[in-house]
Amino acid sequence: MSLLDDGFEALLEPFYNGKKLTDPISTKEDKFQLLPAFLKVKGLVKQHIDSYNFFVDHEIKEILKANRMIRSDANPSFFVEFLDIRVEKPDRADFSEFRVANEVTPHECRLRDMTYSAKIVVDVAYLREKVRVVRRNVELCRIPVMLRSNKCRLYGATNAQMELMNECPLDPGGYFIVGGTEKVILVQEQLSKNRVIVEADEKNNTIQASVTSSTHERKSKTYVLLKKDRINLVHNVLIEGIPIVIVLKALGGLSDLEIMQLVAGSDGRFQDDFVVNFEEACKVGVFTQHQALDYIGARVKMGGRGPSTKGPTPRRSNVEEALDALANIVIAHIPVEGLDLGPKATYVALMTRRVLMAHYNPKLVDDRDFVGNKRLELAGQLLSLLFEDLFKKYMNDLKFTFDNTLKRNHRGLYDPLQQISAAGRHITDGMNRAIQTGNWSVKRFRMERAGITHVLSRLSYIAALGMMTRISSQFEKTRKVSGPRALQPSQWGMLCTSDTPEGEACGLVKNLALMTHITTNIDEEPVKRWVFTLDSGVEPLRCFSGAEMHQPGTYIIHINGTPFALTRFPKRFAAKFRTMRRRGWISPFVSINVNTHLAAVHIATDEGRICRPYIIVKNGKAKIKESHLRLLQAGKATFDDFLTQGIVEYLDVNEEQDTLVALYEKEITKASTHVEIEPFTILGAVAGLIPFPHHNQSPRNTYQCAMGKQAIGAIAYNQFNRIDTLLYTLVYPQRPMVITKTIELIRYDKLPAGQNATVVVMSYSGYDIEDALVLNKASCDRGFGRCQVFRKYSAELQKYANGTRDRIGDNDGTQEKNRALSRDGIADVGGEIRNGEVLIKKESPVDTTPGIGNDRRSDEYREAPLSYRLHDPAYIDKVMVTQTARETQLVKIQTRQTRRPELGDKFSSRHGQKGVVGIIVDQEDLPFSDKGLVPDIIMNPHGFPSRMTVGKLLECLTGKASIIEGRRDYGFGDAFRSHPLEEMSKSLVDAGFSWEGKDYFTSGITGEPLQAYIFNGPIYYQRLKHMVQDKMHSRARGPRATLTRQPTEGRSREGGLRLGEMERDCLIAYGASQLLLERLMTSSDATNVDICQKCGLMGYKGYCSSCRTSREVAKMTMPYAAKLLVQELISMNVGVRLQLEDEFPHPR
Amino acid sequence: MAPSSGRRLASRTKEEPEERKIVGINKETVTNTVSTDYPDNFIDEDHAWDVDYFRSKFRVEWHENNEHEAQFSLIGLDASIANAFRRILIAEIPTLAIEKVFMNNNTSVIQDEVLAHRLGLIPFTGGKKGIRDWMTYLSKDADGQDLCFDHNTVQLSLSVECTKNKDAKPDETDPTKLYHNAHVYARDIVFQPLGDQEKWFSGDDIIRPVNPDILIAKLRPPQVLDMDLHMHKGIGADHAKFSPVCTASYRLLPTITITKPILGDDAKKFQECFMPGTIKLEKVTRQEARQAGSGYEGHEGENKAVVANAMYDTVSREVLRHDEFQGKVKLGRKRDHFIFSIESSGQWDSDELFLESVKVMKQKVGKLRQLAVTMVTENSI
Repeated sequence: MSLLDDGFEALLEPFYNGKKLTDPISTKEDKFQLLPAFLKVKGLVKQHIDSYNFFVDHEIKEILKANRMIRSDANPSFFVEFLDIRVEKPDRADFSEFRVANEVTPHECRLRDMTYSAKIVVDVAYLREKVRVVRRNVELCRIPVMLRSNKCRLYGATNAQMELMNECPLDPGGYFIVGGTEKVILVQEQLSKNRVIVEADEKNNTIQASVTSSTHERKSKTYVLLKKDRINLVHNVLIEGIPIVIVLKALGGLSDLEIMQLVAGSDGRFQDDFVVNFEEACKVGVFTQHQALDYIGARVKMGGRGPSTKGPTPRRSNVEEALDALANIVIAHIPVEGLDLGPKATYVALMTRRVLMAHYNPKLVDDRDFVGNKRLELAGQLLSLLFEDLFKKYMNDLKFTFDNTLKRNHRGLYDPLQQISAAGRHITDGMNRAIQTGNWSVKRFRMERAGITHVLSRLSYIAALGMMTRISSQFEKTRKVSGPRALQPSQWGMLCTSDTPEGEACGLVKNLALMTHITTNIDEEPVKRWVFTLDSGVEPLRCFSGAEMHQPGTYIIHINGTPFALTRFPKRFAAKFRTMRRRGWISPFVSINVNTHLAAVHIATDEGRICRPYIIVKNGKAKIKESHLRLLQAGKATFDDFLTQGIVEYLDVNEEQDTLVALYEKEITKASTHVEIEPFTILGAVAGLIPFPHHNQSPRNTYQCAMGKQAIGAIAYNQFNRIDTLLYTLVYPQRPMVITKTIELIRYDKLPAGQNATVVVMSYSGYDIEDALVLNKASCDRGFGRCQVFRKYSAELQKYANGTRDRIGDNDGTQEKNRALSRDGIADVGGEIRNGEVLIKKESPVDTTPGIGNDRRSDEYREAPLSYRLHDPAYIDKVMVTQTARETQLVKIQTRQTRRPELGDKFSSRHGQKGVVGIIVDQEDLPFSDKGLVPDIIMNPHGFPSRMTVGKLLECLTGKASIIEGRRDYGFGDAFRSHPLEEMSKSLVDAGFSWEGKDYFTSGITGEPLQAYIFNGPIYYQRLKHMVQDKMHSRARGPRATLTRQPTEGRSREGGLRLGEMERDCLIAYGASQLLLERLMTSSDATNVDICQKCGLMGYKGYCSSCRTSREVAKMTMPYAAKLLVQELISMNVGVRLQLEDEFPHPR
Repeated sequence: MAPSSGRRLASRTKEEPEERKIVGINKETVTNTVSTDYPDNFIDEDHAWDVDYFRSKFRVEWHENNEHEAQFSLIGLDASIANAFRRILIAEIPTLAIEKVFMNNNTSVIQDEVLAHRLGLIPFTGGKKGIRDWMTYLSKDADGQDLCFDHNTVQLSLSVECTKNKDAKPDETDPTKLYHNAHVYARDIVFQPLGDQEKWFSGDDIIRPVNPDILIAKLRPPQVLDMDLHMHKGIGADHAKFSPVCTASYRLLPTITITKPILGDDAKKFQECFMPGTIKLEKVTRQEARQAGSGYEGHEGENKAVVANAMYDTVSREVLRHDEFQGKVKLGRKRDHFIFSIESSGQWDSDELFLESVKVMKQKVGKLRQLAVTMVTENSI
């Protein structure tokens, strides 16, 4: 056993079937060990970290390279050139060379409300006094650092080092700390860019091929639209759809024959369909390229295009306009070199061809929801978008400053270094703000997205982990479309099938499965070169005409959606390509797939593809051998070794379509190409907690995925060093009796959230209807379900403009509310604090305005104490006094409550079966078995038939057998694996229990035997965060809102319980008019007003000021809100008159 | 109901047929669970309670008697009475447990409440006579303030400081060797006699934890635990820590009736369906084999299953699962034979506990009688 405790050692030991290291290994049973090996290399949140690393190591340099020079308009010889950019290790923002340690740990940032960020430094060359000066390591700005990325202090740290830094070794990382709060940039799901998608709109009877082009400069969407047999090209920059033939003519002056061949090839059907489009061009008199450009140019939208066009641009001709638009804006991702629009023409023609094909065969329409057509955008990519935008703005600002300075100062003695550093603050602020608020605004793409970042939920370890694997979709939640929400078959193994929220975001928010990897960008140029050298049958596309391209049997090779070569032997080519990849010559994350329907080979090297490893099968035999697993066990091989040895490989969703994957080793046939490493990896980390999920009704697993995140337990090893706003912990958390391999992999067994309760399934007392649970009082006495609630209270002592600052007053001990305070004005650690008592005796200066001259400000302070406002008392757990980065004093106090389960607290098993405590029963009243066993929880059997959670029954039985035998290997409930259930039944019988887990019980009340045998055993129960103490509320009289004088709303404001519209409707229907009056007026906002019966206006004190009389003024009671409405209407010059009538008219 | 009906029919039998006293253990149900021996249930039987009859029938058999565990049978008792003993054992026998913790200093990672809770659950023992007879419940004055005296409060103290062990090897990783007092155990709790307590609790009778090795907390230098603990008398109904038993329960004596002979391999399988010692195998004797209609004809020398000791049966009903035993065996339990099992948590010996429960029961009955008397007299006024 190695000393390095990373939690995987136990898994690499094949104890699953009670095996020892010397026992024979079967690849069938033990190939799952690749999974821990994979996670060891990749980790659960590796996608975030990889993406961030890619950004700070490569992407940022690319961005700099693209925007490296600044030249001044005022002095043409002056320049500033950025040579290199680097991200350093995180340090304190208040950097001081005199300080011993400027390194900062994440934990310090959390406690001190700082941002965990690192400097970005640049090497810069510029002209000073006509000499080129190079300055190295100039601070440009600061960038928040992702935890556990290669810039982070935690990178590569051992457990001991982590401990020294007060960090939990099990914490997944992958988030940022900005202003003391942990922020996650959620994975964003998008339709893939630079790929053609063909869609049919049945309503409008149109077919369209669309492509979203995305380059560093711009993003635009181009459509080729088939409507009423006519094909048009539609783009935002064009006022109307342009007939496709005109576009193709404009793109390189092709003849009609060439156009026809490029689009339709020699296929008569396509030719017949397409030929009408030539008429369109003829009708408007477009025959040449020039005419076509003129036609398009007249239809290009005017106005600012791109940020670079500043100032008045001279009016250009239509042809210029069109050329510019076609070259730079339409299908922008196809590079145009020297105005050679040929590749673009081919691209448009191929899009058109796709439309025609889809017209003939509706099956060729693409599926938007197909996972292969999606890309996942990660933190690194989002940050890179933001950084590039900010950097461009920075460069503009800098240029503006230089222009201004140099205009005034012609001497050339100017050193721009100071400006270079100073202007960088906007980048720092911009990035911090974006992460803090979650609002991503990228000007050049006109992108304005909200809700990109979220506060990392630290409710439980699982909640935090679940958040790191979450994927949010760009689809609108309000739209009622089922397609994007439905479970897609291509999600298999990539996205968890169970973990999605209920309600409006259902199916739109997804979670990654256990073994997914998200690719980062790989340079496509080397791959292109490989393609040509790899196979002699591959030739560049530009050498061929349309007729040759579309010949049957000819396949077009695309790289990242762009056609670039032809082959007649796609299978041979793909096989060679894969061989190369398996040998490690090409990156393992480059995918290739052959599409026979479209006669195309697609190679993908782009970022954001979801992929997943499989074991390669050749000639009906899996490549993984026992010897490999032995090496793995001995620690002599890693997952990456297997990758380069061609034993396993990554497949993305598109390449998966070309394969035949066997689920189990026994299912391998001659035709199989791959075998699954482990079937349970189709589930994610959160769904992996469920034992026997394959025996449960599917929605139950989904419910558990939602509830597992609310379970109280241990959240991290450093939980007691943290000061979170709200922290729930369980006093005695337990590892589940029945675990899964996922539980061990994500190390839930080390940070569990629940307890193994002895459950008896029977009805008892009638307080257990509707899923309510019966709890054993003695169990609660002994600590079952006992939890702690920690709350943070913090006060910052601000500084004001006039030099005054907040202070903490001394406690003189005279006031009762200051009882909990120590003499220094801060509550004492360990002491009790009750409602209304002061935690921090803060005082603010009365006068904070800057005084003028000798105008002495007042020295007085007024009290601004921070007090405890909860009904139930708590204890002071911690007090921390520190300084923020702004050098103001910060006091944080953590309070603690310990709670035992009470009536109404919520519990749940791991099978989506939640329930509240209905009654807590004394131990002597509970049924007991022959062995004296008394349940902790009694569950009503009515919970089973409709829920069909067979997994829970199996958990119970498995758990019971494993405690009897004391065998850990029995207690496994992995999905899609066989379990030794018969063995367990046998061990139950051997121990004197019934084989089915049902035992003889005696009633604790009467002492007589129960008339049925009772199913019992240990079931892992989670205590959920919803507790009665936090929700209990009632009110007789209480505060009212100032404006309407109606009772306030909500528990925190001691609000009233609303008699709503529907309740009102009931009372109206029932005819309880007096009750209605009492509820809606008397008990709410009744007010007495004086109304003048003459003019109908309100008076006061029995006097009408408009009639100047008190003769006809009557008193009446009305709702204050109504009175307010009348007065507000009057104030808006809407006359309102109240006409009074006698309720009981006088008989005349 | 006329209370004299028993006397009038005194000639009727008191004996209840044996088969009526058997609870039926069937495959999916338990039948005949309720006792029927109450007056006027059967016309020609008299089940009115009678001391002499009860005395003649009631028996106690001991099976095991250790300090921490006792097993014995109460025979000839109604479930209600047996259950009352069980309930009293769990909830109503007073014991001494830590009830108040006065924290002077606690710099350990365990929070005050959690530590106090842990301390409360530690079972203590000491001079039994002192605890039982001399100690009383805590009394309160008119304002609800505790009135602590030597006869109702036992004071203990726990004061531990973790320090570095200077003699530890430099490469030592075991915290128990690296530090002094890295683990705090129940044995670190010290009894502090007050007043007359010296008289009752000294020498072997000192107040001490039952198990000195219960782990209370783990410390690292320079963490300190320093607290005074007050023990009071209480009952399990108030808090489980006052319960004198780990558990106290009973089961009914199982009966196994083999109605048709089970022979050969079946007998072996039959034996395996029960816990070891329940069923024994015997050879079919010549005599039996000769006897016509016994079912043993022609099976001389073969194994037959015979019930050895039904008490070992755990009522797993495994036999009822197998078709070959269908109709050959009848399972049941004796309704008036209670096999009690008392596991003491250590303050009392487990056999003492049962006597204690009888005492408590007597008190309760006495109280009830008193109330009944006063009720009658009050009503008559």
